[in-house]
Order: sequence, then C-alpha cells, then structure tokens
Amino acid sequence: MSTITLRRSEADSAPLPTGRHEAFRTASGGLIDRRRPLEFRFDGTRLSGFEGDTLASALLANGVRLVGRSFKYHRPRGILSAGSEEPNAIVELRSGARREPNTRATVAELYEGLEARSQNRWPSLRYDALAVNALAAPIFAAGFYYKTFMWPAAFWERLYEPLIRRAAGLGRAAEAPDPDTYDRAHAFCDVLVIGGGPAGLSAALAAGRSGARVILVDEDHRLGGRLLAERRAVGSRSGVDWAAATIAELESMPEVRILSRTTLFGVYDHGAYGAVERVSDHLAVPPAHAPRQRLWRITARRAVLAAGAIERPHIFGGNDRPGVMLAGAVRTYLNRYGVLPGRRVAIFTSGDDGWRTLADVAAAGGQVVAVIDSRPSVSPALRREAEAAGARVVSGGYVAGTKGSLALKAIVVVDADGSSETIACDCLAMANGWNPIVHLDSHLSRRPAWDAAIHAFVPGTLPSGMVAAGAAGGRLTLAECLETGAQVGGEAATACGFAAAPRDTLGTDPESIAHTPLWRVAKPKGKAFVDFQNDVAAADVELAHREGFRAVEHLKRYTTLGMATDQGKTSNLAGLSLMAELTGQAIPSVGTTVFRPPFTPVAIGAFAGHHRGKDFRAIRQVPSHAWCEEQGAVFVETGLWLRPAYFPKAGEADWLESVNREVDTVRSRVGICDVTTLGKIDIQGRDALALIERVCANPFGTLPVGKARYAVLLREDGFVLDDGTVARMGERHFVMTASTANAAKVMQHLEFCHQWLWPDLDVQMVSVSEQWAQYAVAGPRARDTLRGVIDPGFDIGNEAFPFLACAEVTVGGGIPARLFRISFSGELAYELAVPAAYGDAAWRAIMQAGSPHGITAYGSEALSVMRIEKGHAAGAEINGQATARDLGLGGMLAKKKDYVGRLMKERPALTDPDRPILVGFRPVDRAQRLRAGAHFLALGAGPSLAADEGFMTSVAHSPSLGHWIGLGLLRRGPERHGERVRAYDPVRDADIEVEICSPVFVDPKEEKLRV
Amino acid sequence: MRIRCPYCGERDNGEFSYLGDAAPRRPDGLEAQASAMHDYVYLRDNPAGEHRELWYHGAGCRSWLVVTRDTRTHTISDVSPARDVARSRRPGEAA
Repeated sequence: MSTITLRRSEADSAPLPTGRHEAFRTASGGLIDRRRPLEFRFDGTRLSGFEGDTLASALLANGVRLVGRSFKYHRPRGILSAGSEEPNAIVELRSGARREPNTRATVAELYEGLEARSQNRWPSLRYDALAVNALAAPIFAAGFYYKTFMWPAAFWERLYEPLIRRAAGLGRAAEAPDPDTYDRAHAFCDVLVIGGGPAGLSAALAAGRSGARVILVDEDHRLGGRLLAERRAVGSRSGVDWAAATIAELESMPEVRILSRTTLFGVYDHGAYGAVERVSDHLAVPPAHAPRQRLWRITARRAVLAAGAIERPHIFGGNDRPGVMLAGAVRTYLNRYGVLPGRRVAIFTSGDDGWRTLADVAAAGGQVVAVIDSRPSVSPALRREAEAAGARVVSGGYVAGTKGSLALKAIVVVDADGSSETIACDCLAMANGWNPIVHLDSHLSRRPAWDAAIHAFVPGTLPSGMVAAGAAGGRLTLAECLETGAQVGGEAATACGFAAAPRDTLGTDPESIAHTPLWRVAKPKGKAFVDFQNDVAAADVELAHREGFRAVEHLKRYTTLGMATDQGKTSNLAGLSLMAELTGQAIPSVGTTVFRPPFTPVAIGAFAGHHRGKDFRAIRQVPSHAWCEEQGAVFVETGLWLRPAYFPKAGEADWLESVNREVDTVRSRVGICDVTTLGKIDIQGRDALALIERVCANPFGTLPVGKARYAVLLREDGFVLDDGTVARMGERHFVMTASTANAAKVMQHLEFCHQWLWPDLDVQMVSVSEQWAQYAVAGPRARDTLRGVIDPGFDIGNEAFPFLACAEVTVGGGIPARLFRISFSGELAYELAVPAAYGDAAWRAIMQAGSPHGITAYGSEALSVMRIEKGHAAGAEINGQATARDLGLGGMLAKKKDYVGRLMKERPALTDPDRPILVGFRPVDRAQRLRAGAHFLALGAGPSLAADEGFMTSVAHSPSLGHWIGLGLLRRGPERHGERVRAYDPVRDADIEVEICSPVFVDPKEEKLRV
Repeated sequence: MRIRCPYCGERDNGEFSYLGDAAPRRPDGLEAQASAMHDYVYLRDNPAGEHRELWYHGAGCRSWLVVTRDTRTHTISDVSPARDVARSRRPGEAA
C-alpha cells in the first residue's frame, strides 16, 4: 500500500498542522537534517520529524511518551533506550503486505510517510481494557501459566490458549505474501570490525592503514556510536568531527568496506559470521531491483569485537513508567537528535557517568530538578555543578517509586535518612553502570567473566581469532576505546601478515566512570520491573527463589526473564544480581544463561533470500524441454528435475485419457520418453569390473563387452540402495545408470567404496548425467523408427543387436551416440544417448523418423503405468526398508563374491518368511479404483496394527487390462496368489476387496522384449 | 564451519556432507564374519574430544576426507584425503 496515498486520502480526518508541532525539539543542534522535514503517522495521528530521526526520537520531539502497552499487565510503556536493546517501545510498522510487528522504535529510521502503530492494546493505547490484568497481578506472577492452566487438558486448546493469545500477543504479522526481495551475499576479509563506535573506528583505521582487507559493520545508519550521543573531544576536534574524518579516511581506502545499517547477529565456527544489512528498511518501498534486506555470510581471519555496552536500569517501583529512561539514552536524544526527553528532568545515578546528563540537559535548555546519587558521598565539584544548574542533590538516597498515569509526573525519593518526598518531573534519567555486550563473544558456547572493577561481565575466553576493544571489552572510557581499538586493530592486521601502520595519539577530555551499582532499591514503592518486555518484576524473581527455581537457567524459564524479543539485553544482569542477593552468592557464582544467535531478531525472509516459491531450488530441464513445452506438456517436479508428466491432446477430457493414449500407442506402435534424468556414471580402468562386482549384489563377471545387465545395489546394512543398469562398452569401460532420485547418492556411494573401502582399485569414474541426453524409444515399431536416425552401417536388427545389447553408434551423420537395448516398458525398446547439446535435435529427428509409424511422446505418468504393468520395482517399493528378497530379486543375488550388504541382508529379521513381499493386486470389482498407501487386512479382520499385513505401494489404471492394478508389499505375498484381502484406506475413506496376483500384469513370458 | 580441503583449499561447510566415525574398518572378503560386519555397520564411539571422521566434498572435488575435529570445540586439526588414509593403514595389502 502506498503510504503517500494514505496521507492524501485519509489525512483530512486529522487537523492539518499549521506549522511544526515538535514542542520538545531544541532550537538548534543535533545531527538531524533540519532542512529535510518529514511527516509520519503514529496510531493515525500526523506527526513530523527530520531526516536523521528515529521513530523514537521523532515521537519524543512531538511529546509522545506513551508508545505501547506491556506484554502481560498491559501497563503503559514509553521509550527506555536509544538503541537496539529497547524492550518497551515495540511498534508495528507499515501496513498491508509490508506490515511488520515488534519493531523497535529506537532503531526504526524515520522516512516520509512512515506509518507506525502501538501494539498490545485494546481498544486503544490510552484506554486499554486489559489493563485490569494489572489489578490481577498476583495471579500473573511467575509460573502463572504452569500453575493455572494445567487442567482440564481439554480446556487448553478451546479456552486457555485463545484467551492468553489475545491478552498477551506481541503485534500482528502481515497476512499477505511479502512483496519485497531479500538478498544473500558472501564476503571475505582479513579483519572484521564489529561496531563503528570510537573503538571500532580506531580498529578499522589501524587495520586499514596497514593495507589489510577490512569489513566494518555497524547496526546504526550513521557510524560513530556513543561519539554521536555525547559532547566529547577527541584530540583537537569534537568527537563527531573526529568520527566524520575517520569515516572519510576509511572510505578512501580501497580495501575497506563499510557496512552500515548492518547487524552482526551471529558468530560461528572457524571465523564465519552472520550479518543482516537493512538495505531499504529506511525507505517506504525498496527502490526497483534493490532488496529489502541482505544477509551477509562473512568469513574473516581476525575479528575485532567493538560492539560497545548497554546501560543498566535501576530496579525501583514504577520504573517502567513512560518518562523513565536510561541516562545515556537521554543524552542521545539531547545531543544527537536535538530532542528534550522532558522539561523537568531528574537524574538517578550510581556513578559519575550519570552526572554527564546534568550539563547536557542544561545545554539543551531543559531543567534538571534533582540528582539522586545512591552513593553516600558526592564530590564537591559535582555538587557545585548541580547547584549552579539549580538542581537539588540527594546523596545516599534512591528513587523508590514514580507517579503519573500514562506518563511520569513525579518521583518518590527516599533520602539517606529514610525520609521520603515527592519531586515533580517529567523525565527520569537512570544511570546504573554499563554492561559490555558479551553476546557475540559468547555465541560459541563460551561464558563471560566477571570484572569486579566495572561490576559487569566482560568477554571470557574469546573465540579463536577474535579480540575485544573498547566498551565491549570492559574498557569503558573514551580514551580507552580509542587506544584499545587502535591497538587490537593494528595487531589483527599484523597477525594477517600486514606491517603495522603509524598510529595517531589522541587525547580526550577528562572522564570519570567511577560507580557503585545499586542492584535494587531498599524499599520500592510499587511494582519494580527487572525485565520490561516480559513484565518480570523483582517479586517474580523472589517467588522463583522461594519455589526453588534458583539455578540461572531455571530462573529464566520459570519467570521468562530474558526470553522476549530483546533477549534480556537490559534485564539479564538485573535478574542475576537479585538472585545473587537472595541466595547469598556473588553475581559471577550465579552465572549467566547461554547467549545464542541472533543478537537481534532477523526476518526469516533474510535467511531465505531469493529461495522462495519457484526459486526455492534450481530447476533442471530435460534436453527435450523446449519441444515438450511447444507441445503443451504438463510437467511434474521430480527432485530438481522438471519432467513432462503427460502430453494432453485436443479433445482429451482428463489426464487419464492422455496417459491411456500414450500407453496404448507405445504398446501398439512406438513412443519416445526423455529418460535423461537417470543418473549416468562412466566407470573406466583396469579394476572397473572389480569395483562394479563389489557394489552390485548380482554377478557381473560374465558380462561380455557389448552387453548390459540389470543391477541391484545394496546398502551395507542389507537393504536395497537403488537399481539400474550396467552396460559394458569396452573391456575396461562401463556405464552405470541409477534412478533419478538416487543419482547423486549412488555416485557418492561409489566414490566412498572406491576412495575409502578399496583405494587400491585402479579405476576412475565420473558422473555424465548432464553430458548425455538419453531417450527411451519403445514399442513394436521402435526399431523401424530408430533406423531412420542411426547412421547407415550400424546393424540394429534383432540378430546383430539383441535384447540387452549395447554399442557406440553415430546418428545424424557422425554424431557420437550410445545405444542400449533395454526396456522399462516391457516392449521392444532402446535407449539412445546423444551428447546433451544434440539432445533437442535428436529428439526432433526421432519424432520425425517415427511419424510414419505413429510415434507418440510419453511422459513420466505413462512410463509409470507401464512399469507397474510389468511389475518393476521403483521408488515406492525401493523405500529404504525393502530387501532384494522383498522385491522378488532374491534369486539373482550373487553367491560367490563379496559385495556391499552381503552379510547384513542375511540377518534373521531380513530373511523372515513372514516379511511383506512384492505382489500384484487387482480389485475384485474391476470397476473400483485402487489407492496407494492402503493397508492390507485379512477379510473380516478389523483394522489394527496387529492385523496389518502390508500396504499398497503403487497403483495405476492399466489401459492394457482396462482396470486398476496395484503393486504392494504383502506378508508371504507370493504364496497367496488368488487369495483376497481388504485394501483398507481410512485416510480416503476407502475399503475394498482386492485379489492377490503376480506383479507382472502384461506379457509375463517377455515375448515382446526380444523380437 | 570451514574445512580446508586438501585439493580445493578452505571451503564453507555447506559444500561438504558428513558421514561419521572413520575408525571402523570394513571386514572384506567371503570369509568375513557377520558379527564383525555388524560391529562395522553399527558400533561407533562418541568421544568428547578429538574425533577422526569422514566427510564428502560433494559440491567440490568429490573427495572423501578424513577430518580430525575436536567435538567439544569444533577445532579441526587435520584434513586428509580418505584414500591416502585408507592406503596408509594397510600397507602392502592389495585391496
């Protein structure tokens, strides 16, 4: 749906803004492009923003704080963060077929006409009927589902699940097929740099300057990381300017590739990485021929993890109220987007870092009303700064609770003496330290390590080839980011064989990251949330502890802590710290849950790429494809092959009529069928025969040059692997065919036998399935037809070229060809192979030569009918559970040689006379239709597993006999010819009486083959 | 995963298919016993640590390979053509 159209047609229900209404936008500053205003809609309301905004920053600029309702309690939620860790501001983007649920407003780039809707509310965001869930909070506590919806079991599907789904769901998926395309790409580099903040930029620069091939990925649309969010100095420049200059230098390097809007979501073995590039997510509709997203598979010799860190929330009552934000996010909105998250801001911090917010708010024109520092003493310098800004300072205190219905109006502060007071504010910035992003370095089943200095987990043993830099490695200051980035980036390049390049020495403005985390406040007022997205409160962790779910993996599953789409990015450590306190352990002793890919959600479409619908797999066309298409053939997919199934002619009512005609024509005159799909393996060498003897279960020692023979191959466990033919073209030259479905498997098996079991055999083999077009020409007039194609001088008469003969011939005046007198149809038949490039021409020549004889083309359906009429086993019978004996092939197996499967086929269960064995079936009432899959029961026996005597494997309507016939595997079948059994098919509601007979329905004496 | 094929160089694991333990040896010949064949077909060790196993480079050179992989870490310490391994472990024996 075009969003532009929407704006024009529906627009008019909302009052047109007379000028811009971004009441919380600062007058100047920020990295947005104020010359490029944009309009968008949130829940139908027209709002405005600028190029460079995210949906979250634009909503805040417009004073929109209430963005969604929470998962379980439907509590009002706003915007917590400014990055991909966002748990609360989860919205539905776009509409129609492009509707996308559960996107994070904090990373959705604003574009003209963007449509967003809040989720998980009914009937509206402001008045949510299901918010009564909050009143029933005690019953929604951890383990609620397990305890409440246990019985009666029948209620689960009918009542409980639909109720829970309506109450809980997170957004609605699009109901139409995705109209966009997705791409997949591979890339290789020496040094992969993950993250484009100060550490990542420094690393990429150091590696790039040394000449290494570098790929720098960053999930943001603009590189720079926290440099864009803070007012910092790097050397003599601002952090923003340094980032811009660095990016410009990187872009000038031919061996450096920058992938922005790209999330590195998974780390895999041996230097393989998965990343998703959001190529067109920032546009209303992808440009022509551009994908929506691109999945990258990156192979890197070395990787620098510079993914940064995520700030920790505090756990206090009502910490989920819209307006309560991470302090770093408040600074991002102020400095990067020119947005005041509130006019009266309170700061709740447990370290010096949070104090940065004070000056930033003041610089942007906001008022800081109070700074609550949980540490008992605050340095005089900081205190003076607060007083100068007109802010109160509460040291050794905490925020206990919040007030306001749909947005923050005040906070309840408890001071060091325990007395509380209410302070009015519309934004609370909380700073409780930073957690390095240890997800990616933990993906290969590794565990992070605890760093007591920064009170956080840092990378433990890193995956081979990976090093961490900057905040991701626990080095939180800007100076450390720049220094460690440059150092490990340079080392990574050196490790790849590049000479170290000179390094810039850069100073920064002073910075203190001293902090003492406050894992939870002493006496929270109201529900204190640990996991915002899954509505897990501190009380739920306590409950899990009381009920014995104390191990970290139990805690996660019992409370669902960390299990939402954000995978607990802001909540995991908070949960661990509570459990540590409750169990009297240190946090590292509690441990962490396992981090698994993806880092952030990845659309299935990105993994599928172009492999959708008809493009799911490649299509293999037979050499006669063009002709078949001209004739209007109906095709059928057989693995990758597209084979003609039948050739309908004008006046034919249905497929059966066409197939019957094709079979009748072959049996009375002549037909041609493309059998190129069969596997063809050319085997040559002194020991070629020896190899064939060992892989085939029937003997070949007596096979003379110029003759072909049916071949059956077993697996080593004694079951049939496949069947085909072996033709001896020369003393040391054989051509083996395999079935269409098993062609690759048989080739692999032969390679295994040769390379691993019997490597001393002097033999070479190659698949020539693609190189030869092969056609079956079958029927009483087959010889007459082929005489018109094969060059004069080759005698193909019955004397010179009898049944099972093979020879190299030429066709069409010298084109090399191979001729085999083999028959699947039971008729006088040949298979003619020509080089694939002549396939189309040879087919047309045969059609022409056969025209006076009444030739017809026949497809896989007629082929199948004729093989069933002849009782030949095929894929339905060679099903991996059948032995050669089961298929009636026991008598042909060799006795005097070793071959694959020889010993194991003699196991008692495989030689049990009670096993189902291949026989034929016809309906007692000849008018009835047979169904493959029907099970055989003795007459009068009820359907039960014990009474089951086997099943129908293949059926066909036989035009030769005028009724349906079937093949099946029946217990002691060959002893029971003439007996009747039930063919019971409850799936299709069929239950008919059938008569057991020989599987060979047509020409049992094989007279037609040999004429 | 990446596997360094001795013929094709380091390639993506999507080009390979896995068979399993390379230790069992087929008891060849007409005199072989069913019990030995049973062990060859069915009995496999499942070590936590170094494991020599057969892989097939089906989308490459069609070589069968013996890959030495640590099952705990996926670290691959050696890749050899199966044919060479097979020949070296029964020296002098004609197939």
